[in-house]
Amino acid sequence: MRRFIYEISESWKIAVAQMGSNKMRSTLTALGVIIGIVAVTLMGTAISGISIGFDKSMAIFGDDVLYVGQWPWKRVDDWWNYRDRKKIKTEYAEPINRMIAATPRSNLTVAVPTSSVYRSVKYGDGEVNNVLVRGTVSDYVITSTFDFKEGRFFNELESRGGANVCVVGYDVANALFPSASPLDKSVLINGQPFKVVGVISRQGTFLGLFSLDSIVVMPLPAFQKYFTAKSEADILVKVTDKTKLAEAKDELVGIMRRVRGLSPEKKDDFSINEQQALKSTLDPIKNSIAIAGLFITGLSLFVGAIGIMNITFVSVKERTKEIGTRKALGARRRTILLQFLIESTALCLLGGFIGLALAFLMCFLIGVGFPSFPVHFSTDLVVVSMVVSVLTGLIAGFAPAWTASRLDPVAALRYE
Amino acid sequence: MESFDEALNIRPHGRSVIEIQDITKRYVMGEEIVHALRGVSLRIHRNEYIAVMGPSGSGKSTLMNMLGCLDTPTSGHYQFNGKNVAEMDDNELAEIRNREIGFVFQTFNLLPRSTSLRNVELPLIYAGINPETREEMAARALQKVGLADRMNHKPNELSGGQRQRVAIARALVNNPSFILADEPTGNLDSKTGGEIMGLMETLYQQGHTIILVTHEADIARHARRTVHLRDGLIESDDYLPLMETEFVIGSP
Repeated sequence: MRRFIYEISESWKIAVAQMGSNKMRSTLTALGVIIGIVAVTLMGTAISGISIGFDKSMAIFGDDVLYVGQWPWKRVDDWWNYRDRKKIKTEYAEPINRMIAATPRSNLTVAVPTSSVYRSVKYGDGEVNNVLVRGTVSDYVITSTFDFKEGRFFNELESRGGANVCVVGYDVANALFPSASPLDKSVLINGQPFKVVGVISRQGTFLGLFSLDSIVVMPLPAFQKYFTAKSEADILVKVTDKTKLAEAKDELVGIMRRVRGLSPEKKDDFSINEQQALKSTLDPIKNSIAIAGLFITGLSLFVGAIGIMNITFVSVKERTKEIGTRKALGARRRTILLQFLIESTALCLLGGFIGLALAFLMCFLIGVGFPSFPVHFSTDLVVVSMVVSVLTGLIAGFAPAWTASRLDPVAALRYE
Repeated sequence: MESFDEALNIRPHGRSVIEIQDITKRYVMGEEIVHALRGVSLRIHRNEYIAVMGPSGSGKSTLMNMLGCLDTPTSGHYQFNGKNVAEMDDNELAEIRNREIGFVFQTFNLLPRSTSLRNVELPLIYAGINPETREEMAARALQKVGLADRMNHKPNELSGGQRQRVAIARALVNNPSFILADEPTGNLDSKTGGEIMGLMETLYQQGHTIILVTHEADIARHARRTVHLRDGLIESDDYLPLMETEFVIGSP
């Protein structure tokens, strides 16, 4: 055991001396690994950045809210079966809430109707286009995950009475009120004034596709009065206990069937959606992007590994006589194997360190220059890329090191 | 010179370090089978100074590789301190080479980027000796060959004779059963070669066992016993005349 430790420390010294005496060669070889590690690490940061953004986007839906809608949140091959379903109406919220109240120990808490359109929002000379204008009730705040930057959500009184009040998203507030507080000011939507009672804090984008902060929320009666007479809606239903989501879903299906008056032999003509279902639809896409990305960047690391293998073969060839001498002096096969494995690993580790440092720097610069670009540098990533470097060194060095360890000492000593 | 006296006592009928019996070695070279050794038997005792001679192709190098445990015979017995070498695996052979044999090569075979001290330490690393003891032993071996002031020099800062001395110190450092020197003066001028042979003589006087492989009769003359090989067989095995031996014994 002690001999093993001395052999390893000796091999390290040789490896360092070897790199020092072949600086140009070592640098060029390490460059292959550096590029590989930079590519893989950056891909890793992008993947974890995307993943974090994805989870954030998913969190918007809340893990304890069921969504009643006409369409399911997944790909359907028989879209014609869904097309002709009856629309979900805002009026459903009331009977659903009644039935929830009538059910003892119900798994559901409250149902909230929402209805949305896209409109421009004006204040003074400022105007924001394509804002999601949503009508709902005061209980909406229970089903949502957002916080308030300032102000409050509209209360039950305002909700029932259909007062001309609204809550604005972060982007809307920022665009229309760059310096002042929007609270108690009136914004114009469709020419109608709505008094701002609250500002939602920043929520970011949904999967990087559209901003979640470009939104205005107002009481449903006001919404229906000024924007649409149709009562097409999504119904949000909050669950009592998120660990009993399946039971809650069953209960809601029962309630919806009664609301729709479906006889037992008829199929459901509505869909109950949840965050988890959306997640399980999108997860495979996310994962295949990650796998494809890592595979492609992994190829550059593979090229780097071939460089290491090549240079180790050259090193073995050049030092055949030295190997013979070492064997004559009592080096075992294991000793020689270790020596060259450590040399190739040291080279890869060096490349790994430099590559990681470069990747860190690039990540930092990307973060400064393009804040919206999803990169995330973690300690896990550091550990993983160091492990990958070491593995690359071991795998790349194995074939040449094995060849060296099997050299016949007589032939090796005679080699010139 | 206690070791020398001790060596004297056992020399005539002492335990043999090396005992080979009817050793053969065949190589396949292309389609031809080369019989490098055709049945060689040899017994070498402690504190012998023996020269193995022969022209190229005589099997001299092959015999040296066998004696140095770098190679195993095709057939025959090889006993090393009572252990059967012919049946050893690579690791056991490495162990024997490390502990029992000190190699001295014609081309010195020093590690070019390491100091004398580090070069001499190398066998001790493979023997698993701790760093402090290692350095101490290596320094002592270098002192023995007269290079106490060249410990931190690298091979390219040393003359040929000094390099060979470092190699000899490296061969000695593990206190091996014998020193196997393959044409140790082959790359040196005659004056330096003479100095190296003088060092060999001193080591022999101090009780070391020396096997010298050479094709030069001048060099072989330093040994007390000369084995001549020809065509893979021992042609002659001569001890120096007794008188000369007596003279040597009387000399220290």
